[in-house]
Amino acid sequence: MAIVSLANVSKSYPSPERGAPRIVAVDDVSLEIEAGEVTGIIGYSGAGKSTLVRLINALEPVTEGTVTIDGRAITGLPERELRAVRLGIGMIFQQFNLFEAKTVAQNVAYPLKVAGWGKAEITARVQELLDFVGLADKARAYPDQLSGGQKQRVGIARALATRPRILLADEATSALDPETTQEVLALLKRVNEEYGVTMVVITHEMDVIQSIATKVAVMDGGRVIEQGDVFDVFSDPQHASSRKFVSTVVQGVPSPAELAVLRERHPGRIATFSFRDGDASQARVFVELAQAGLEFELVYGGINDIRGRAFGHLTLAIRGEEAAIDRALARIGELVAVTEPPVGDGAQNGEAR
Amino acid sequence: MDKLIDLGPEFWTAAGETLYMVFFTMLFGGLAGLVLGIGLYVTRKGGLLPNTVVNNVLNVLINFFRPIPFIIFIAAVQPLTRAVIGIGIGTNAAVFALSLAASFAIGRIVEQNLLTVKPGVIEAARSMGAGPWRILTTVVIGEALGPLILGYTFIIVAVIDMSAMAGFLGGGGLGYFAQLYGYRQFEPIVTWAAVLLIIVFVQIVQYLGNWLARKVLRR
Repeated sequence: MAIVSLANVSKSYPSPERGAPRIVAVDDVSLEIEAGEVTGIIGYSGAGKSTLVRLINALEPVTEGTVTIDGRAITGLPERELRAVRLGIGMIFQQFNLFEAKTVAQNVAYPLKVAGWGKAEITARVQELLDFVGLADKARAYPDQLSGGQKQRVGIARALATRPRILLADEATSALDPETTQEVLALLKRVNEEYGVTMVVITHEMDVIQSIATKVAVMDGGRVIEQGDVFDVFSDPQHASSRKFVSTVVQGVPSPAELAVLRERHPGRIATFSFRDGDASQARVFVELAQAGLEFELVYGGINDIRGRAFGHLTLAIRGEEAAIDRALARIGELVAVTEPPVGDGAQNGEAR
Repeated sequence: MDKLIDLGPEFWTAAGETLYMVFFTMLFGGLAGLVLGIGLYVTRKGGLLPNTVVNNVLNVLINFFRPIPFIIFIAAVQPLTRAVIGIGIGTNAAVFALSLAASFAIGRIVEQNLLTVKPGVIEAARSMGAGPWRILTTVVIGEALGPLILGYTFIIVAVIDMSAMAGFLGGGGLGYFAQLYGYRQFEPIVTWAAVLLIIVFVQIVQYLGNWLARKVLRR
């Protein structure tokens, strides 16, 4: 059974302008998050990701729909009971949000005090958590004496203090450099694997999805437009908006600007072939083109790896007789996904064959 | 100079009165201002306990009293002073008027300093299941302690300044001393002695305030 379940959930705010329609941040979202999974929520800024996770721990009340945590509907519960629910859901933030006036140990102890733990238990638990995140020697330090990566590790220790079954991460690595990001991601992966903590991870970084997510939901305009297995969504996005988003984080698909440059430099028709693990090999595509008597050159491309499964995109400029190209692309379209970006707007939402 | 030596006992009495007024004003006005400031902070839109009505009432109250010049304020609140203290003149009456005036100013300063606490930190505490009262007492006040100390230091200096007007209702103090024995009797040395002592008080207060704030802020 899903540990977090959102059923037709919406969140809207009154517009700051009088008489203007309400601002819809989350629009009729239904989402099931299975226990133990790491679900990535991706999408452009303003897509409603942050609001969506705040509905899960009821930091924001929903306007419509129902949020169910661990089989219990939390929508409409009184604030006092929601506080108890929040104790079972940890949260980490892009800006860490540590208490600057408290030491590292006091930061980690805070949720335990809220939960009413005894003094000796708190001391032992704080020690255990600081050992787990590798900051035992920083217990007496203050947050302003720590690096960004250390701060986030304190944030993780603090979020895990009360042994929550769910951890929400709001752009937890976006303020960190690439190396520190990897450290923090490795830690989150351990949290998931060693403690079985279910995670909901908001991000716009491919790294995060690639290294820890098992499921992914793509948001656009407050809606979840696509959800599923990370490999499926990233290697073969179904929705035009998710294709556009995926193309910005996945290497291998030329951006509209790059496409314009490619067209200038390379005469012929531009087509992108998308390969997925288990699909027909690249060689077969090249053989088809060669057999059709067409000339072609590789102008852009990249191969990605998600949890050991590869997918990639190769963009070719093809020259030859128009009808022959059409016939060849149709035949190849039966083997792999073929996209011909339309001339002009150059966007990635060309018709797939 | 001889005049000043002659006035020694009066001088030290006046200094004592100033300290007495500042101390009790900060005690009563400081507490009342803290309550007002916290009230403003928690009831504002998006605050810990949003309440538009209470917030508007507090805002109007403070905005109404704060611009009144203190010398006029003393006269205006005299009936109230008489009702509360039992007498409209004297040092205690001055403390009452000072406390009232100071509490409005302190309310604003407390509100402003609490607003420096990052909303994200409060959200983090909420995400841990902490309630509004706990967040206020264990997170917000602690996070804003450094600026609060500096704000209160600023107010103590302002109260020392305001207390010089206590002579207006027979409250005594160094301001009154300087007026009575210095200015009116053409004894600039006497005036300057009072001024210098006030400057010394201000320096000490500011030094202690800065030291304490630095200790709290660890920088």
